[in-house]
Amino acid sequence: MMVQITSAQAAILAVNSIALGGLLFLLSAGFSLIFGLMRIPNLVHGSFFMLGGYFGVTFLDRGVNFWLAALLSAAAMAVIGGLIERFLLRRLEGQILPQVLLTLGLAFIIADICLMVWTGDPWQPSPPPELRGTAQAFGMFFPLYRLAILGVAVVIAIALWLMVDRTRLGAMIRAGVDDPVIARVMGIKVSQLFTLIFCLGAALAAFAGVMGAPYLSVYPGLDFEMLPLALIVVILGGTGSLLGALVGSFLIGFLYNFGQAMFPDLAYVILFLPMVLVLVLRPQGLFGRVEA
Amino acid sequence: MSGNRFRSVGVAIALVLLATLPLWVGNSYYINVASQILLFAVFALALNVLVGYAGLVSLGHAGLFAIAGYAAALMLQAGYGHLAADTAAVVITLAASAIFAVLALRSTGIGFLMITLALGQIIWGIAYRWASLTNGDNGINVATRPAPFGINLTGAPGFYFATLLVFLLALASMAVFVRSPFGASLRGTRDQPLRMNALGYNVWLIRFFAVLFSGFWTAVSGLLFIYYNQFISPQVAALTTSAEILLMVISGGTATLLGPVVGAAIVVVMKNVVSAYIERWNLVLGVIFVLIISFMPDGLVPGSVRLWRWGWQTVRARLDGWISSPVEEHGR
Amino acid sequence: MTALVVQGLSKSFGGLRVTANVSLTVAPGERRLIIGPNGAGKTTLFNLITGNITPDSGSISLFGRDITRVPSHRRPHLGLARTYQIITLFPHDTILRNVTLALLGLLPLRWNPLVDLDRKEAIVARAREALARVGLDNIAERPLSQTSYGERRRVEIAMALAQNPKVLLLDEPYAGLSIDERQDVQKLLEKIPRDVTIVMIEHNMDVALDFADRITLLHFGEVIVEGTRAEVVADPRTREVYLGD
Repeated sequence: MMVQITSAQAAILAVNSIALGGLLFLLSAGFSLIFGLMRIPNLVHGSFFMLGGYFGVTFLDRGVNFWLAALLSAAAMAVIGGLIERFLLRRLEGQILPQVLLTLGLAFIIADICLMVWTGDPWQPSPPPELRGTAQAFGMFFPLYRLAILGVAVVIAIALWLMVDRTRLGAMIRAGVDDPVIARVMGIKVSQLFTLIFCLGAALAAFAGVMGAPYLSVYPGLDFEMLPLALIVVILGGTGSLLGALVGSFLIGFLYNFGQAMFPDLAYVILFLPMVLVLVLRPQGLFGRVEA
Repeated sequence: MSGNRFRSVGVAIALVLLATLPLWVGNSYYINVASQILLFAVFALALNVLVGYAGLVSLGHAGLFAIAGYAAALMLQAGYGHLAADTAAVVITLAASAIFAVLALRSTGIGFLMITLALGQIIWGIAYRWASLTNGDNGINVATRPAPFGINLTGAPGFYFATLLVFLLALASMAVFVRSPFGASLRGTRDQPLRMNALGYNVWLIRFFAVLFSGFWTAVSGLLFIYYNQFISPQVAALTTSAEILLMVISGGTATLLGPVVGAAIVVVMKNVVSAYIERWNLVLGVIFVLIISFMPDGLVPGSVRLWRWGWQTVRARLDGWISSPVEEHGR
Repeated sequence: MTALVVQGLSKSFGGLRVTANVSLTVAPGERRLIIGPNGAGKTTLFNLITGNITPDSGSISLFGRDITRVPSHRRPHLGLARTYQIITLFPHDTILRNVTLALLGLLPLRWNPLVDLDRKEAIVARAREALARVGLDNIAERPLSQTSYGERRRVEIAMALAQNPKVLLLDEPYAGLSIDERQDVQKLLEKIPRDVTIVMIEHNMDVALDFADRITLLHFGEVIVEGTRAEVVADPRTREVYLGD
């Protein structure tokens, strides 16, 4: 059942894993913050990724610069995310089941609208011209773009970390994740904070969707392929923990690529195994805190 | 006591209608729709044990449903008889439910939901990707329906009666369960888990048994499903299926005996009608979710009653305005 | 023989020590009052005794049996019952059903999925009896959501008494009650026979003084003073805790 791979293949897989890990981090960082801070199981997060990707390919189709397309898509999704949070989720604060059903319903709606607008065919734009080549190392060629994804993810990870760790906003977020009740009592404007985080999460997911488009392409069903990945990243890393999301993302990136190459039949099971282990041995996640 | 008698009469009429349905419906298409409703009602009843009575929302039940279906389909394909295949399928699904429970009950609330969602996706992934076992996207055909005690279930009416029988058994088991001490314990763990613990209840174990009970009827409905369609594919295990069943439970009203049944009828009929006109079932499903959550959070049945009363009172207030009359006093 | 012994019990949350090396010895039939200002760690102590929280160190024993490692849901079966400061009852059910659930918690019947609970007349009759002890048998069928605060407090006590505990932990049974209601509850507690050992938390010392045989004063998670009523009242440290800040 196991497929042997050469070291050259392994190197390529490693690069792909890192690229996927980067994308997953962008996706799950927002998911984790929304989950950790607002206690909302945002099942529409995978749809943000897919819809963002579709926005991106549409902009690219019109000749917009790649990075600008990614930023525009992120901005559009931030607005959509904000509207969803303000007008739909806000009314259901603290009610888990309705929130789940609402986000699930929105995910189905977005999926079908995307199918209508962008058809069932996959869209795979070219990477930006400056990143189309390959990089040579150890006598092998690596696609430059996939390495670039990693670079962008690292930059954003550092920016997020600085925001959470060093700013007033970050202090409020941390307080909110630790204890929402206390945060409220301390006079933190939780409501605005929630909207902001939801917009940020949506924007990051959309940005990741555009970044991922030249690599994964955008196609119907991408939403519900990405959502469970974000989910296991968060279960693995612990909710509300950026470090956890980072480590979890790359772990899943590697498991996904190597699993699929080496155990094609069981790739999906292998992907979920660490999650099962974490649940049994350390239910709060690798970097999650125990709730008092 | 007259209320009780009223209810008994209602139940009797419903039973007679259900038992004679193939006679007055005639057309086998509609008989099949009725079978679909009943088999999904069994599934919805099973999920309601967790969602309604245990307060645990599972988004992975399509996975358990599919495990039962695939287990039976694979065994039938391998040449085993129906009895052996079905028994094994139920046992395997119960084992899977136990694993689900052990993992998902590490947590409650959102945690439970997320973990069951993830577990459901694993099952979907196996069904879809492990092609050498499951035949991947092409699915598995189920050649024959069983013939218990020599009764032929090939035709629509025959299958309907078998499904009706199973449905009634499931419903009866729920009715007994809800009134039982264990049912009361389970609802207690839903409302006040800490208090239940302090009263001497093993909350974890109660929930564990509830997952098994739910898993049992999920397995049974999964078997009905593959015999109905004589086919199973990974689509069955998809999140859409879990969401549909959840919609049935919610739309009818959770923690009620008949809510999931009404919900199953609504969703199945709607799906059949919508699918006949447009391809966009998911869109409709999504819109319904959003509408129900926004306007009838307590479920379609209680929600409709509320809306109806509100509408009726508005109309009546208008009427009263027009005809200021003694009619009002008699009306009360 | 002692009823309840707590030895060197400690618990910290994060860096905060909420219970610091607490030791208590309660004799059978004793009425022990635990007082202390808000945040003294009184409810935490109860949560440690009932097992809702696991201690970092120390031990708890009930009638000579070490229960430190006994799962919290087993402890009621050993004769330990408690009431809550913040009322945690089952709002959708009737008063009678609330008490029935308390009785059921100790019976193997609770696992039975096949019989009709309402037809188990013996247990329903016992629940009514428990309600009669707190004077609520006349409104047994009333849904809990339609009862007053004082009535709920009595339901709490009825539920604890229904379990026939050997040691009963009462967490601020007078909190939020009017003067009349308080007197009702007071009479009720005085009627509890001496074969039940009672440990009561009270934030307001005056309310429960008469009830207590011995008093333990907690402050910042530590036992500051312990002794008879007179000893504790006379102790300068009591004044310090209550008046000092």
